Amino acid sequence: MIPAAFDYELAGNIDEAISLLGQSGEAKLIAGGHSLLPLMRLRFAQPDLLVDIGRIDDLSYVRDAGDSIAVGAMTRHADVAADPLLGADCGILAETAAQIGDPQVRHRGTLGGSIAHADPASDLPTVLLALDAEFDVRGPAGDRTIAAGDFFTGFLESALEPTDVLTEVRVPKLDGPATYAKYNRRAQDWATVAVAAVQRNGGTALALTNMAATPVRALGVEQALADGADAATAAARVGEGTNPPSDTNGSAEYRAHLATVLTRRALEQLSA
Amino acid sequence: MKRIGLSVNGSPHELEVEPRELLVYVLRERLGMTGTHVGCDTSSCGACTVLVDGESVKSCTMLGVQAEGRSITTIEGLASNGELHPVQQAFHEQHGLQCGFCTPGFVLATVSLLEENSSPTEDQIREGLEGNLCRCTGYHNIVRAVQAAAGKELPA
Repeated sequence: MIPAAFDYELAGNIDEAISLLGQSGEAKLIAGGHSLLPLMRLRFAQPDLLVDIGRIDDLSYVRDAGDSIAVGAMTRHADVAADPLLGADCGILAETAAQIGDPQVRHRGTLGGSIAHADPASDLPTVLLALDAEFDVRGPAGDRTIAAGDFFTGFLESALEPTDVLTEVRVPKLDGPATYAKYNRRAQDWATVAVAAVQRNGGTALALTNMAATPVRALGVEQALADGADAATAAARVGEGTNPPSDTNGSAEYRAHLATVLTRRALEQLSA
Repeated sequence: MKRIGLSVNGSPHELEVEPRELLVYVLRERLGMTGTHVGCDTSSCGACTVLVDGESVKSCTMLGVQAEGRSITTIEGLASNGELHPVQQAFHEQHGLQCGFCTPGFVLATVSLLEENSSPTEDQIREGLEGNLCRCTGYHNIVRAVQAAAGKELPA
């Protein structure tokens, strides 16, 4: 399968990428290309211009930023998975990156690309939502920061404007346990359902993969835990505020059941 | 059209490509190296796996223009002076193939895996090759071949 024809420009830096994006209303950024190229091969996406930010090496880093860890948007999944600082202080992000796709995908796919694609079946957006991560974005008007909770606005839709570039992701250093419980039927499949659970600031934050059009926080479960409920009782509230899809991997009803089981297991693991 | 320069199996190539040409088609149709196979075309099967700067990549999910300046290794580039690469030799000796269609991808994924972890456990081998599918389901001998290539004692 061959993508529809498009023009291609290589951006030397972020500002050049923003300017190139402004040249066409149908332009798209390409980083690792592991979300975009599959869509383009199927012609679900037909941009007329690809702006390649794959050579902007100074967007690939993991840095200690005090209470948080800053990760450049072009950092590949393989590098997130293997990073010692993330491994020590935000292990859930490294462990989740190691579960994405397969080694070949992790050698190309990037953290920023996965976030910007905003697929509710993706793993990293859910984990970043549970972590209350912050995203730095640069557009024609300058830099701004968007909270993960404000970023995912719809199915494959985000708060990014067409001429914005996601530049950096910041996650907190954790001093409590965190886990990502993912269920898929076969190696390299997307999650049928997954649950991220993070103990932090005296509370527990949870977010869900593939339970709505966006990654969503499990606010009912969080409230139940704050009120002192045990894992099973709290997990029973995981369906609140969700709208799980039905597809070949499972019905909405099955997903709701799976979310309850995975949430209970994740909570039990946090307190183990 | 865009002019790109890339190294394939150590030889420099310069050519004009359409931006939409996937790397696998640049290799197969422009450079005539048909050892890299197209299996699924959906980033799933891994038959098109090549090494880009030494790391395994699915060449159906990379544009030729993205390979500008990169060093590509395909199955044609592994043997040297008539001697099979140790991973090829291990696949041969352990019969790590049946129909052989998936083999180039498996061999290159194995080279990349062993570069990152020279002594993988059986579980690490199976997880490390999860991006490659064998429709003959010959996984047992493929895993033995990787163990042999890593210098491991083989289970009976």
